[in-house]
Amino acid sequence: MKPFTYERATSTAQAAARAASVPGAKFVAGGTNLLDLMKIEIETPAHLIDVNGLDLAKIEPTPDGGLRVGALVRNTDLAADARVRRDYPVLARALLAGASPQLRNRATTAGNLLQRTRCPYFYDPDQPCNKREPGSGCAALAGYRRMHAIVGTSDACIAAHPSDMAVAMRVLDAQVETIRADGTTRSLPLADLHRLPGSTPHLETTLDAGELVTAVVLPPPPGGVHVYRKVRDRASYAFALVSVALVRQADGSGRVALGGVAPKPWRSEEAERALASDPQAVVDGLLKDARTSPDNAFKLTLARRTLDAAIADARSSR
Amino acid sequence: MKFDTPATKNPIDRLAVVGQPVDRIDGPLKTTGTARYAYEHHDAVAHPAYGYVVGAGIAKGTIRSMDLADAKASPGVLAIVTADNAGPLGKGDKNTALLLGGPKIEHYHQAIALVVAESFEQARSAARRIHVDYAREPGAFDLARARDSAVKPGTGKPDSAVGDFDGAFAAAAVKLDATYTTPDQSHAMMEPHASTALWDGDKLVIWTSNQMVAWGVADVAKTLGIPKEKVHLMSPFIGGGFGGKLFVRADAILAALGARAAKRPVKVALPRPLMFNNTTHRPATIQRIRLGATREGKLTAIAHESWSGDLPGGKPETAVDQTRLLYAGANRMTALRLAELDLAEANAMRAPGEAPGLMALEIAIDEMAQKLGIDPIQFRIANDTQVDPEHPERPFSKRRLIDCLNVGAEKFGWKARNPRPASTRDGRWLAGLGVAAAFRNNLVTKSGARVRLGKDGIVTVETDMTDIGTGSYTIIAQTAAEMMGVPLHRVVVRLGDSDYPVSSGSGGQWGGNSSTAGVYAACTKLREAVVAKLGLAGEAEFVDGRVRAGGRDVALADAAKGGELVAEDAMEYGDLAERYQQSTFGAHFVEVRVDAATGETRVKRMLAVCAAGRILNPKTARSQVIGAMTMGVGAALSEHLVVDRNAGFFVNHDLAGYEVPVHADIPHLDVVFLDETDPMSSPMKAKGIAELGICGVAAAVANAIHHATGIRVRDYPITLDKLLDRLPPSTDA
Amino acid sequence: MNESDAIDPSRRDALVFGRDLLLGGAAARWAGPSPAQAATANDPQAPVTVKLTLRVNGTAKSLALDTRTTLLDALREHLHLTGTKKGCDHGQCGACTVIAGGRRINACLSLAVMHDGDEITTIEGLGAPGHLHPMQAAFVRHDAYQCGYCTPGQICSSVAMLEELRRGIPSHAGADVAAAPTATPDELRERMSGNICRCGAYSNIIDAIGEVAGVRT
Repeated sequence: MKPFTYERATSTAQAAARAASVPGAKFVAGGTNLLDLMKIEIETPAHLIDVNGLDLAKIEPTPDGGLRVGALVRNTDLAADARVRRDYPVLARALLAGASPQLRNRATTAGNLLQRTRCPYFYDPDQPCNKREPGSGCAALAGYRRMHAIVGTSDACIAAHPSDMAVAMRVLDAQVETIRADGTTRSLPLADLHRLPGSTPHLETTLDAGELVTAVVLPPPPGGVHVYRKVRDRASYAFALVSVALVRQADGSGRVALGGVAPKPWRSEEAERALASDPQAVVDGLLKDARTSPDNAFKLTLARRTLDAAIADARSSR
Repeated sequence: MKFDTPATKNPIDRLAVVGQPVDRIDGPLKTTGTARYAYEHHDAVAHPAYGYVVGAGIAKGTIRSMDLADAKASPGVLAIVTADNAGPLGKGDKNTALLLGGPKIEHYHQAIALVVAESFEQARSAARRIHVDYAREPGAFDLARARDSAVKPGTGKPDSAVGDFDGAFAAAAVKLDATYTTPDQSHAMMEPHASTALWDGDKLVIWTSNQMVAWGVADVAKTLGIPKEKVHLMSPFIGGGFGGKLFVRADAILAALGARAAKRPVKVALPRPLMFNNTTHRPATIQRIRLGATREGKLTAIAHESWSGDLPGGKPETAVDQTRLLYAGANRMTALRLAELDLAEANAMRAPGEAPGLMALEIAIDEMAQKLGIDPIQFRIANDTQVDPEHPERPFSKRRLIDCLNVGAEKFGWKARNPRPASTRDGRWLAGLGVAAAFRNNLVTKSGARVRLGKDGIVTVETDMTDIGTGSYTIIAQTAAEMMGVPLHRVVVRLGDSDYPVSSGSGGQWGGNSSTAGVYAACTKLREAVVAKLGLAGEAEFVDGRVRAGGRDVALADAAKGGELVAEDAMEYGDLAERYQQSTFGAHFVEVRVDAATGETRVKRMLAVCAAGRILNPKTARSQVIGAMTMGVGAALSEHLVVDRNAGFFVNHDLAGYEVPVHADIPHLDVVFLDETDPMSSPMKAKGIAELGICGVAAAVANAIHHATGIRVRDYPITLDKLLDRLPPSTDA
Repeated sequence: MNESDAIDPSRRDALVFGRDLLLGGAAARWAGPSPAQAATANDPQAPVTVKLTLRVNGTAKSLALDTRTTLLDALREHLHLTGTKKGCDHGQCGACTVIAGGRRINACLSLAVMHDGDEITTIEGLGAPGHLHPMQAAFVRHDAYQCGYCTPGQICSSVAMLEELRRGIPSHAGADVAAAPTATPDELRERMSGNICRCGAYSNIIDAIGEVAGVRT
């Protein structure tokens, strides 16, 4: 870990301005992923702006009947919120399927969205990795790929996004609110937050330098039956091989997003139109451009079967 | 004291303290965080400097150059140790690769430098400022590819043959010929390898996390080129070992070298992501098993061949060991073959040999029973043997495998099992029951102890024995309490210090029986000294803090009135282990659920029935068995060090990537100990238990998965991707 | 261990202490030279020292620490509270579990400076030999440990976990995420899954926790 100076932010605008103006500055909130990476110098901030003191830890109703989740709401608190459990159970379920209680007690909403891949080659400074060191190559391509993405990848990077929460938020059509260095704010669909790797896998989001996520806004509850089905090797405290977030309406229509298969939460509004009539067509659509290796080709089958299982869960819970 | 005739009645048989399920005497320390582990001796070492280990970034090759300038200039740096500046170093007898590499690199993450700094943060940061230029060389990393180049190893007994296997197999009415694979596995103990070292003149004082104190002293001395007498090694608490801390590792040597270079006490812990490739691991195996049987279910031909790899100079995984002893059969052969691989050093992990060997053999037995249409328990019973099948003149000292199977079947409800695979459904789950035999040889080895009787009547035991979570503190205290006739709280146990008599140490499930036998020997001598001191005549009885003999009844403490009495002795062994085959036996029963849609396997119930001689403390012994069962579940379902065959290293080298079981994976576990004593093993009449518990578990899980799904997986771990294509259609789920 | 030991300046090298003096006694909420100064600082490798106070087990502990110091290392190396263990240093094992501000967290993934003023409870704060916390006593009775290295984390975690259950925090194990959770064995197992025990004492740990929680396991 490289030395860094440290300050506690006093306002969101000040934090964003400082982050853009101080060389090497980074925000720190829960720190559960950032510190992990700083220890092996994959992240090397020269200055940390601790945003934990900012007034961003509230969950409030929005005028249209949705929920505004502050960026600093801890994963535990979001999952425990009565409105989330009642109206957005797919989100509560996804949160509770992630990490461990200790990590969820620290990890924040914004931090969860912005966490980085757990690709083992990314985590090993002795291995080439285009995400860590642009242009150095990708050891995973010819290496061990069981946990890696099969869609949305590139020749430069096949890393998967590890979040469960983000998959549920994607299926809920969440919006991300931010403040930029110049003090302006904006709202963007979560769908547009994460970039695909292309030739620049080190660029993971569409946020500007210094731009601070302030909240995630959930539109009014979508109704229907919510299922989050996470498939993993051990029963807890493990990343997903495949996960399915499903919101299914009484007529069989609904929304589907996949986790564990792509560099970002993976959803296709076009493909999911077939949900009521032909669920497998949804997976076909989602995974049509899949590029697999012998290590991870099983994810094609697993995604299909997990969606079937999620639909069966949804049916039986009504 | 020599143990060369079967044990007869002795003071231990009273079982007033031994055999009782007492709480661990070190429990209050461990549960309050006051037990001190190797990195935590702040009380003894006030201002240590911090060492951070740099591991090689390549698997094989040489260091062309190493630029230390940036690191040296980093704030707080006190010294940097490399092979270049460390002076001449030897190699420990128990090490295969050098603990400080360079210029030659033998495996990935082999230590190549230690940065010593004022603080941990400074040392870690400076370690990243070392720039290394490597010349890579191609290496062999893939066991399957290296299999054909494997040779008969020069150590041990690689081959065995009795009768005419080929002829009998060819003639057998029912045959099985199957190949199984087990992956590389990691000990992954919770406490990283850690050491604190300081030099007191030319004497090295080192606290390290090590299972074998005397081996540690010898190899530290040999590596550093100093006399053994100049090494004071202490290992009072060890945060798990499982074989991974049998040998001195880089943390100890580098802490010593760092302390010498920095002229300060230095402490070093291996960073978790370095451990998997830097230290030892259980090697992967490829095992071919051929069984021939009569239609009635008698085995007539048994062959087991195993291939494994290791660095040059290394040893094979002895995965065929149990097959030489477990089942009857007139015609048999086993063979071990060893390939050279340039991965990290392969070595012992909990039940080396039997653990991976039974992972294969006990699936094969299940497969054969299925072919024969015989219940797998009955098939095992039908092929039991009471003698060493290769040497029928050698009986087993005690062998109650059949009892284990029958008792377990009864308790587990085996009768209710529908023998047809894939026949039981529980909602979304496919349900299955599996069984496997457990077998692990019992080893005994010389072990010494010193016992003191203080003026206050307190009995103090000193031995370099270690407690790696096994309960040594407690069973040694129980032994001394029984022998001296005092309550448990009147016994003090001091372990893990090279100033104390050399013990068996902890490994190979030999520690419990051997170390307490050593304490028995020392206590026997102390009893004689007490009797002499008190001027008693005739057979003395030590009970309730009193000594009774010849009609007199004296307080034990009176013997030490004039000064502490001290006795030291060791238990040594004759040829009973040669004349009788000493092994431990058990049966594992597992019930699983396999998700019909996703193939996720979850363990629902488990039972182990063990016959392993006298159980010295049923509470701590049970813990050994449930811990081993848990590790067996990991071996069955998730544990797999994945080899990157290009770069030559274990890719998933942290505790997120290498998945050991968590709470949610493990149900309530049941253990039954058969009431047994084995007079051939030692005066304690006990045997090992800690490794028996893992032997066969993974196969029982695999057999249960087969029973649940009808899918036979011969390639561990049994992850869902190996089941997925053969599960029922998911729309039925 | 007393407080003055913890900030013994003789343990810092001159450069670090010099940087520390640069702070001019500024409040602990702010550390190091201003960022503008940092950008031009002579040595980007020079540690930045910050003063902070942790309220550990009811006692205020003032420390001057490198900003890089984790809460875990502050406890273990500076306050010599070594009951909190370092198993992985990356949030993958739970051996470092402490209770900070009433919540169990991984002390390895938190900077000490982020906890300035926080109440921290470690295993040493729960009980000591001779006067064990009920959970510690239950662990002894049930032999809910072997090597002991994960044990303090398991115990801190379980104490905080029962409080989470009492507060109605849901878990992955619950069938209905909207319903109030109940303390079933499966709930306890899921909620303790952030604490790895390689010795495999899980079955006994759940028995110990179950006894304290009044749950039949």
